[in-house]
Amino acid sequence: MAQLNINGTVRDVEVEADTPLLWVIREQVGLTGTKYGCGVAQCGACSVHINDEVQRSCSIRVGDVKPTDRIVTIEGLSKDGSHPVQKAWLAVDVPQCGFCQSGQIMAAAALLKKTAKPTDRDIDAAMTNICRCGTYQRIRAAVHLAAGTSTTNRSSTL
Amino acid sequence: MNTTIRGDAAKLSRRTFVVGSAAGGLALGFQFPFSAAQAQGADAEINAWVVIKPDDTCVVRIARSEMGQGTLTGLAQLVAEELECDWKKVSVDRITAGQNLARKRVWGDMSTGGSRGIRASQDYVRRGGAAARMMLLQAAADEWKVPVGELKVADGVITHAASGRSTSYGKVAAAAAKLTAPDPKTIQLKDPKDWKIVGKPMKRLDTADKLDGSKVYAIDVKLPGMLCAAIKDCPVFGGKLVSFDESKIAGRPGVRRAVKVNDTTVAVVADTWWRAKTALEALPIVWDEGAGASASSATIAEHLKEGLTATATNGEVANGDAPKAIAEAAKKVEAVYSTPFLAHATMEVMNCTASVSADRAEIWVASQNYEASLAALSAASGLPLDKCEVHRHDLGGGFGRRGGAQDYVRQAVAIAKEFPGVPVKLIWSREEDMAHDFYRPISQCKATAGLDANGNLIGLHVRVSGQSINAFSNQAAIVNGKDRRQLQGLWAEPGDAQLGYSVPNLLIEYAMRNTHVPVGPWRGVNTNQNAVYMECFIEEVARAAGKDPLEFRRALMGKHPKHLAVLNAAAEKGDWGKPLPPGVHRGIAQFMGYGSYSAAVAEVSVSGEGKLKVHRMVLALDCGHAVNPDQIAAQVEGSVAYGLTAALYGECPVDKGRMTSLNFDSYQIMRLEEMPKVETVLVPSGDFWGGVGEPTICVVTPAVLNAIQAATGKPVRSLPLKNVKLA
Repeated sequence: MAQLNINGTVRDVEVEADTPLLWVIREQVGLTGTKYGCGVAQCGACSVHINDEVQRSCSIRVGDVKPTDRIVTIEGLSKDGSHPVQKAWLAVDVPQCGFCQSGQIMAAAALLKKTAKPTDRDIDAAMTNICRCGTYQRIRAAVHLAAGTSTTNRSSTL
Repeated sequence: MNTTIRGDAAKLSRRTFVVGSAAGGLALGFQFPFSAAQAQGADAEINAWVVIKPDDTCVVRIARSEMGQGTLTGLAQLVAEELECDWKKVSVDRITAGQNLARKRVWGDMSTGGSRGIRASQDYVRRGGAAARMMLLQAAADEWKVPVGELKVADGVITHAASGRSTSYGKVAAAAAKLTAPDPKTIQLKDPKDWKIVGKPMKRLDTADKLDGSKVYAIDVKLPGMLCAAIKDCPVFGGKLVSFDESKIAGRPGVRRAVKVNDTTVAVVADTWWRAKTALEALPIVWDEGAGASASSATIAEHLKEGLTATATNGEVANGDAPKAIAEAAKKVEAVYSTPFLAHATMEVMNCTASVSADRAEIWVASQNYEASLAALSAASGLPLDKCEVHRHDLGGGFGRRGGAQDYVRQAVAIAKEFPGVPVKLIWSREEDMAHDFYRPISQCKATAGLDANGNLIGLHVRVSGQSINAFSNQAAIVNGKDRRQLQGLWAEPGDAQLGYSVPNLLIEYAMRNTHVPVGPWRGVNTNQNAVYMECFIEEVARAAGKDPLEFRRALMGKHPKHLAVLNAAAEKGDWGKPLPPGVHRGIAQFMGYGSYSAAVAEVSVSGEGKLKVHRMVLALDCGHAVNPDQIAAQVEGSVAYGLTAALYGECPVDKGRMTSLNFDSYQIMRLEEMPKVETVLVPSGDFWGGVGEPTICVVTPAVLNAIQAATGKPVRSLPLKNVKLA
């Protein structure tokens, strides 16, 4: 049994304490925007915010999450896709298959909360999630666009 | 990516679909679910490709898979162009394999691989759009009682100048739907110079729900009463499942049963996947590992090495007498290269949800070939095709992994059969996904060249030894022991994957050396290894001749103007020959695959400690017609990431017959920090339709390796680079 505050709603979940938060979010809570990619905190597809910090939920035991911890998933980032990161991702047409993008967006949103005007080096350090489609160049462009450190939605020099 | 249907599913699929088509499809009382458009009544299906809603929305039906490559948007652009509709009012509807079968495959081939999604569909989807436009105009002409030739249409608004009348597609759609389709001979496609939607960087139609978590991938499927399954196949390829002790997991929370899936595989079924996975890890399993257990990377390398000098080969491309020319040459150059097995590692692991009852079988799945999925479902469930349906989900990555094999479909159906009427979602762990892929084939290459006294290439002998995809999955394609496919990109014939060089004495050979490891198509397939061998060796030969690598190539390309134009474009935009910052060096490569021409220039630096940095890559591509330049650029950027990951880190070592790199901690993937600045140069000659998803990946690695050689003076002959000391 655990009590979780997810996207502003407090819920009780019936689950073993050693279950990863990722699987509780996906299976018990039923929010599937947060993805399983590796289970070993390598890929970041499972990224969520806990008390405004980006965390890899596949490697956090649900028993270690306090009822007062504020968990935000991709579904709770904004009501209507209006978070600046989501808008920038749309403007740049970042996603290809899209599977990793929930995690990428959560990582970018956490970066901008801490560092409003990130440099390329800040982006390198913060955006460590894996994308197999290879959208990295557009992710960089979209983070800059969301931060207002660039006004172009063109990532490529086509 | 090749989508050859494999194994039992292949036979069933081919036979059934061919027979089904010839015999008029499955008309025997087959009820397939009506598409949403038909069910709503007010929407008008003008033809198979186009449905018009009363509010003027144009729904374009899409048959091919969307796995990130933008195929869906490109196909919609092609239909919309001929339809003359308002692009802002275009939406898409993905048709299912069951719908296609029920309508005698009116939507054609659904397989999505080999970079064929757009180039192999473009003619008939454009004709579908044009035919719908003709019918909509005819309906307006009939209503106004004027000759159809007096009407004009733009953005879905039909006007008759003489009478000043106008109407919209939504208003005439119901009448148009009742008209007879035009004679195909009367359909005239637009001149490409008049295109307004095709050739433009339209935004993708499938982005919004990827930004808020609402897109439902197959792994996200939720069904009432659904159970979840975790699975383990014998870690050694070819081994067998002997037994498992279910009593050891009895009483664990949520666990229903352990299930023997097939001769090699066991699964645990529980109420949630995490409970199934942890129970599976606690399940004692006895394997018969079989003969493969003695194989290792070292034994496989020895096996391949023998093929570099063996007498008989399994296919060749030849002109002149290369061995003689090389023997008599003023200067001889020789090198041996190797490339490893690689896993696809799609972000979304293999998964499939299945529900099987006595008279109905359904799956929810991501597939590059939903018809192969349907065939696999029918075969595994034992139910005829008309009792089966495939609910399609866009893929969380494909890259060739989700094509013909459909192994995860057969597994999911076998498990679901044990729980009649209950949907069961099978999800592979990442470790299982890495342990049981169909890997990019391992190979080696011995290359020998002869130069005359002036440094001209007079003889070239390339021997590739390695595993064959066809031998594993499509033996019918091997004719008289010759397997042409493994020499992809080195062929003499123009059109698809032609070698861009003319050498007076040329011998390219393939020695098939198979292993117990399953292999399959991996983005770019054999162009990857063959481009490394050819382009890195040409680099070495150019240097031995004392010539500029670009000039040396140009001299061999006089009879290959399209290859040459792309090479020149990359060289020009890549500033070939211009000064570079201290410590930065350039490399160049060109190759052809999937009907398109590619070239790359890489800029790299290698530190004193041997640390490599790839700063910039310029890639040029001639894919003929360029349907969506922005999405083509996205594919080029993605190819750089996928290709560079392979060059830097990619390898699947084999020990005791099994894969040992089972997650991203050991199978490293390139991160954003390492992504070079990528510039895409389109060189669209506009007189053919080439592929986009795969062609450019093969030039990434050789361009980088050639730049490293420029930096260090030493060639790199084995991959990945993480195992190579650069300083």
